[in-house]
Amino acid sequence: MSEVVSKFLFTLRRIVAEPLGAIGLILVIGMIFGAIFADLLSAHEPIRISPRDRFLEPSLVHFLGTDQLGRDLFSRVLHGGQIALSVALIAIAVSLIIGIILGLIAGYGPRWLDNLMILTFDAIKSYPTVMLALALVTLFGPSLTAVMIVVILVNVPGYARIIRTQTLALKSSQFVASAQSMGASTTRVLCIHILPNSIGPLLILASMDIPVVIAIEAGMSFLGLGVRPPTPSWGAILNDGFTAIRDTPWIAIAGGVPIILTTLGFTFLGETLRDIFDPRLKTRV
Amino acid sequence: MNVLEIQNLNVTFATEGSTLRALKNVSIDIPKRCIVGVVGESGCGKSTLINSILRLLPENGKIDAGTIKFEGHDLTKFDLSQMKTVRGSRISTVFQDPMSALNPVLSIADQMLHIQYRSKLRRKEKQEKSIEMLRRVRIPDPESALKRYPHEFSGGMKQRISIAMAMMMEPALLIADEPTTALDATLEVAIIDLLKELQSQIECSILFISHHLGLIAELCDQVIVMYAGEVLERGTAHQIFHDPWHPYSARLLECDPANQTSRTRQLPTIPGEIPDLKAIHKGCIFRSRCQYCEDICTTVPEEFGINGHFVRCHRKSQ
Amino acid sequence: MVSGDPKGSLDRFLMLIYSLKRLALAIAIVSVAMFLLFVMTYLIPGDPASVALGPRATEAMREALLVKMGLDQPVWVQFWNFFVNAWQGDLGNEILSNRPVAHVVLEQLPWTLALIAGGMIWSIALGIPLGCWTAVRRGGLTDRIIGVFSVAVIAVPSFVIAIYALLLFAVYLQWLPAIGAGNPNDFGDQLLHLILPSLAVGLGWVGYIARMVRASMLEVLEASHIRTARAFGLPDRLITYRYALSIAILPTVTLLGVGIGQMLSSAVFAEIVFARPGVGKLVYDAILTRNYPLVSGAVLVTTALFIIINLFADLIIGYLDPRVRSRF
Repeated sequence: MSEVVSKFLFTLRRIVAEPLGAIGLILVIGMIFGAIFADLLSAHEPIRISPRDRFLEPSLVHFLGTDQLGRDLFSRVLHGGQIALSVALIAIAVSLIIGIILGLIAGYGPRWLDNLMILTFDAIKSYPTVMLALALVTLFGPSLTAVMIVVILVNVPGYARIIRTQTLALKSSQFVASAQSMGASTTRVLCIHILPNSIGPLLILASMDIPVVIAIEAGMSFLGLGVRPPTPSWGAILNDGFTAIRDTPWIAIAGGVPIILTTLGFTFLGETLRDIFDPRLKTRV
Repeated sequence: MNVLEIQNLNVTFATEGSTLRALKNVSIDIPKRCIVGVVGESGCGKSTLINSILRLLPENGKIDAGTIKFEGHDLTKFDLSQMKTVRGSRISTVFQDPMSALNPVLSIADQMLHIQYRSKLRRKEKQEKSIEMLRRVRIPDPESALKRYPHEFSGGMKQRISIAMAMMMEPALLIADEPTTALDATLEVAIIDLLKELQSQIECSILFISHHLGLIAELCDQVIVMYAGEVLERGTAHQIFHDPWHPYSARLLECDPANQTSRTRQLPTIPGEIPDLKAIHKGCIFRSRCQYCEDICTTVPEEFGINGHFVRCHRKSQ
Repeated sequence: MVSGDPKGSLDRFLMLIYSLKRLALAIAIVSVAMFLLFVMTYLIPGDPASVALGPRATEAMREALLVKMGLDQPVWVQFWNFFVNAWQGDLGNEILSNRPVAHVVLEQLPWTLALIAGGMIWSIALGIPLGCWTAVRRGGLTDRIIGVFSVAVIAVPSFVIAIYALLLFAVYLQWLPAIGAGNPNDFGDQLLHLILPSLAVGLGWVGYIARMVRASMLEVLEASHIRTARAFGLPDRLITYRYALSIAILPTVTLLGVGIGQMLSSAVFAEIVFARPGVGKLVYDAILTRNYPLVSGAVLVTTALFIIINLFADLIIGYLDPRVRSRF
């Protein structure tokens, strides 16, 4: 156990040694902290409407001001962080599970299935993301579920491809062949020999997808296709601010700046992690 | 009269935490119309020597001391723009691997025209000159060859093209960096003949670098033996090959596969490894591998020479 | 060894085979994409007719629309009709005005294409010089600053950039017009209206291209043919641009197709933020009015467009890189 701790501390030190890594870490920790303790940190309820307090400028009472319904923006921003974070984590976890399973099937299964799956992945990838999102939303109606399905559809092909490539490479390798010759079952070979070898780069890439997912959620909520009002989401706040951008710019600032800081934070952190663990991935865009 | 006179050249590379001493007190003379060969194992500083002459050293490399006199001017005093006027016009180079020495996305014509960018000739004349050069290196159908791309030629043909490019501006000095190493033995002879022929026509000097002793013996007028960044012995080809003074030169000749008279399963090698150039060495650089090593060898041997035959070894100078 | 001419014509023949193979693959991908789109619409709870009509529709209205949309037929017939019609360019009629979907979408497409072209111009015009510049001066302060800038514009979503660009340049500074596509009869005015939205669309790819060009430039500058060029004393500019960049640009060209796809996504936001006409605005409005055939038709058209562009990018590489040209 202490080995894990020391390894973690070592990684942490290497992250902080890079200026961008340190900035990213601070932003990410701040964002997570704000999301977890949103209720404690904000004196106001994120969805309480108060017609008397409409369009208040930032003040000591309302740190970020209020919106067109008199809701406290600081509280909405913190609670919006909860939404962004949970969507990102849940959607990526589900994509990872599905992607790993499909990738193993494609890599280990028969050739025709592999070809068919690759063709399907390419087809899914060939939808422009927003168009796919728009199509799904027409059918599901605006909801967080729709957002998650979009994210899963967008991410799974990439994850599955990585696992497939690694599986194909390992399938023919010596140690998998020897495991098979000793009578190990297919499932056992997959779980014990192939998966641990391919999971590392996959996790790094998945962590780098977090800001992308946050951007998708915010974007769909901005279009009114994500969260339903009055649930707070950064995209929704940005949309509120956008409609009143000339007179009350602070609403647009309150909605947009968290998106910028969070995506930057996760990206800086992800890039630093990638450089530390797997410099080979550097050339990948 | 010498085209190139290198005197006491010292080159170091800054590496993490230490300096690597790549060349130490290297002195070389290349007379006019003379072919000078440099032999030595890989890592002996042959490439660094070329890169120092052309000022193509990597960023961490530095000329610490010494002069490189070319046609009367000290190249180490030249700034980069002056160097550029020398490169390609007065000193040309043929590199080792013809597969990667030519630009893959530019046609032969483009590359040959670019080399003539200083020339006042018109485009048409430059083109004709290129075709003429290709003909001289015996590229079949030079007009259409000009329109092709490097990958469309075989290795031997590419090396002929490289030579054509290098000779086109009629340089005073041609540096040939192992020009035949990447080629088959049969092609090797043809390339060497070609080099000789063009050399006598253009009347340039050649600095020929190779680890192939047979080639050096056949082609070169003078030979320089390098080891671990130092010149151990220099002289005429006859002197070096028939009466090697330095133990290292003698071992090199013994180890040359061409000199094997009896059938053997194992090629003879010189025991030991090239010393670590990051460490500080006292005395003779070859000491650790030398079979005649004595107490005196812990001091640096002075260069000793008669009749143009020079050596750095205490055994000779005593 | 090469002699005579047959190799050239052989190259061309192989290139043709390669192009045909890529074309076949593209058609297969479009077909699968169509199939998936169809499956998606079919699997979703609630049939498109009730989705389109909304909750207050009567059963009779629903039945009528089902028949009209051909949804009363067996599923495989539906798919076959959809498939055949789509390949013939018939994407059905939209619900509100009953006009052909293909017609409506193609009418809006030029606006979106102009926006993407603008974004492309921004990203190439800024990205390639930045990438080259930082590669030649790597390790310096400007290299680091531009590096952080590149990551930042890649990370920040384009719609946020669009809104803040609007806030800064159109609302506060008032340098550029805020909304609309400009006077239809005034080309200059239209260009002026294109500047901000296309920058918002292209800025992310400025970062991508700068990074990619920098990375591949660094690789190419190490190559031995560059050393040869230096040894021949060629001018730096010639070496950087003709000898190095012409190779370093190739990986970027293959990814331009992907870039156009992403810009298409950004264009949807830009059209909504800047209130410009275009396919994105069309689909957005269609969703609000539950005009389902229009949405699926627009998705299909943009997807096909994206696949065609990618095909094109792949084929262009063949003409830019003589090595690839002869390999296939």
